[in-house]
Amino acid sequence: MTEPAAAPPRDESMARPPRNQWWDVWDQFRKHTGALVGATIFAVIVLGAFLGPLVWHADPQVVPTGRDFITLRDTRPIYVALWDEGAKVNWAHPLGTDNLGRDTLARMMSGGQISLLVGFTAMGLSILLGTLIGVLAGFFRPADGPLMRLTDLFLALPLLPLLLVSVLLFREPLANAFGPEGGVFILIVTLVGITSWMQTARIVRGEVLALKEREFVLAARSIGTPARRVVMRHVLPNVLSPIMVSATLGIATAIITESALSFLGFGFPPDFPTWGRLLFDSVDRMQLYPERVIWPGLAISLTVLSVNYIGDGLRDALDPRIRGR
Amino acid sequence: MPDGTGTLNPLVEVRGLKMYFPITAGVFRKKVGDVKAVDDVSFTIYEGETLGLVGESGCGKSTCGRAVLRLYEPTAGSIRIAGTEIATAGFDSLRAMRPAMQMVFQDPQASLNPRMTVAGIIGEPLDEHTTLTRKEKLARIYELMDQVGLNRDFANRYPHEFSGGQRQRIGIARALALNPRFIVCDEPIAALDVSIQAQVVNLLEELQDRLGLTYLFISHDLSMVRHIADRVAVMYLGKIVELAPRESLYGSPQHPYTQALLSAVPEPDPMVEATRRRIIIGGDVPSPANPPKGCNFCTRCPKVMDICREIDPEFREIAPGRHVACHLVTQASQTAGQAAASEASGTTEIRIQQGE
Repeated sequence: MTEPAAAPPRDESMARPPRNQWWDVWDQFRKHTGALVGATIFAVIVLGAFLGPLVWHADPQVVPTGRDFITLRDTRPIYVALWDEGAKVNWAHPLGTDNLGRDTLARMMSGGQISLLVGFTAMGLSILLGTLIGVLAGFFRPADGPLMRLTDLFLALPLLPLLLVSVLLFREPLANAFGPEGGVFILIVTLVGITSWMQTARIVRGEVLALKEREFVLAARSIGTPARRVVMRHVLPNVLSPIMVSATLGIATAIITESALSFLGFGFPPDFPTWGRLLFDSVDRMQLYPERVIWPGLAISLTVLSVNYIGDGLRDALDPRIRGR
Repeated sequence: MPDGTGTLNPLVEVRGLKMYFPITAGVFRKKVGDVKAVDDVSFTIYEGETLGLVGESGCGKSTCGRAVLRLYEPTAGSIRIAGTEIATAGFDSLRAMRPAMQMVFQDPQASLNPRMTVAGIIGEPLDEHTTLTRKEKLARIYELMDQVGLNRDFANRYPHEFSGGQRQRIGIARALALNPRFIVCDEPIAALDVSIQAQVVNLLEELQDRLGLTYLFISHDLSMVRHIADRVAVMYLGKIVELAPRESLYGSPQHPYTQALLSAVPEPDPMVEATRRRIIIGGDVPSPANPPKGCNFCTRCPKVMDICREIDPEFREIAPGRHVACHLVTQASQTAGQAAASEASGTTEIRIQQGE
């Protein structure tokens, strides 16, 4: 095959080589104000939770003994002194202490690490399962029936009894294998993951069913592309938007489910702080010590909200039709 | 022009192709019937020629084109491309055959992945079937873009940034990437406006001349098929009713359906247009799930006879290269043949064929 002889000699520099499309994605992401603000807030939260303990050395688990227990317990955050001169405040505990005299700031950081880890790992697991099952059910016709019935089965399972039974069954062996915290972490992540993938699977299946009838999938087949590469190249990128939305919502669900489990006493051990645990521990005396609810609640809400905005920005940036507008 | 006398190599041979889609009903998805989208179709495409496939909407043209490339699993029949049987080939041998046969799709918007760049789309066949380096691949992509008349600068753009005609050029470039010998053009111009149609058809013809391509050109635009095709097959309700070289088909259509179809083509000359006599056929196309007994066209045929409602006419060669499935013509040519044999004088039929 030869070049058309009549074609004028081209300026090679005119044709830019294909640019890595992730640069386009980044350019578009930067234009999304909400996503940038979200990303900044999220970065602050993550850095605070994981690097904060390097700066703030208070131990979140140590209960002071003797007289200290009386003097240090139930300290209010220092800003309370602005409107209440008689408040018990202490510069050594800027966010106050709980009813056992443990530093709230340190507990927020340490709880944040667990909550964020649980949130992201459980979301990852649930998205992975949901996408896998959704794509298999949508793309491969014989797999559709069994997989969707499995999804219905999981949707119909009474969640709480299932969680309680599996905690009872698996907590001990897992704790023996991975240590008390590691065991509970794996247990909770797995439980949250395998009980929250169904919505994603249904959405993805629906999208895949519509996509696989599109002509570009037929075009790929006419080229001889094997099914797995058709899925990776043509189907998955086009179901990214609903997956992204499910993922951002999934983080919120995971953090909240973990809180609920901790509240019921089936999550992490009582002295082991997570944002959800902090919240539920303080609910009884919420009116006396509102800060104990406000701070963990704010942390959960901000994380969820910022992740939602990041997801929104990413979804727009990944769609070439929206990009460049 | 190939005249079907066998002087040219047949590239694509389709014999008795059937493509049935099952109809299921009830709780247990019991099979209750078939939609006979393509029902016993046979044709041959010679190397370097264009076979036009025309017919109204829903007559099975596209299904036929897709089944020929084994994008559907045919129910029965044999498809040989360059001597290799593909109707029953396994995935791997089929994949090895894919570079030789490609397809250009009807809707250029739907046939391009909206999330891939032009370079990615044109490069996909190269990724699948060659082991070019990144640089060689880019060079080949640019070469293909030049061939179909796309600016090289468009390589980074996405399909939504193009007009319909440009998108179709991308689709054509993708089909050309692996140097195919045979391309199924599935109504490549149906979604384009008229000025762009001409450009795309000219591009297809130019590429055919330059690269020696063979086309199966599916269309419902009879004038366009007359322009591009060497031979034309007319389909009705899943069957080919007439297959003939272009000039003889347009000059003297034999099958009543072809006659009606051609009478619907508007004439550019208003004087001629005023006197044009249209054959209007009443009724609707019967459901392909429940075709009529006998000839598929018997419910609407203006020249229907008793035999048409009983016996399905055979698809027969009535003159070299001319195939028709109609009792009228078969009877006429039989009597004509007998008459010619006994009296050695030409009937109307034969005179027309000699006049080609």
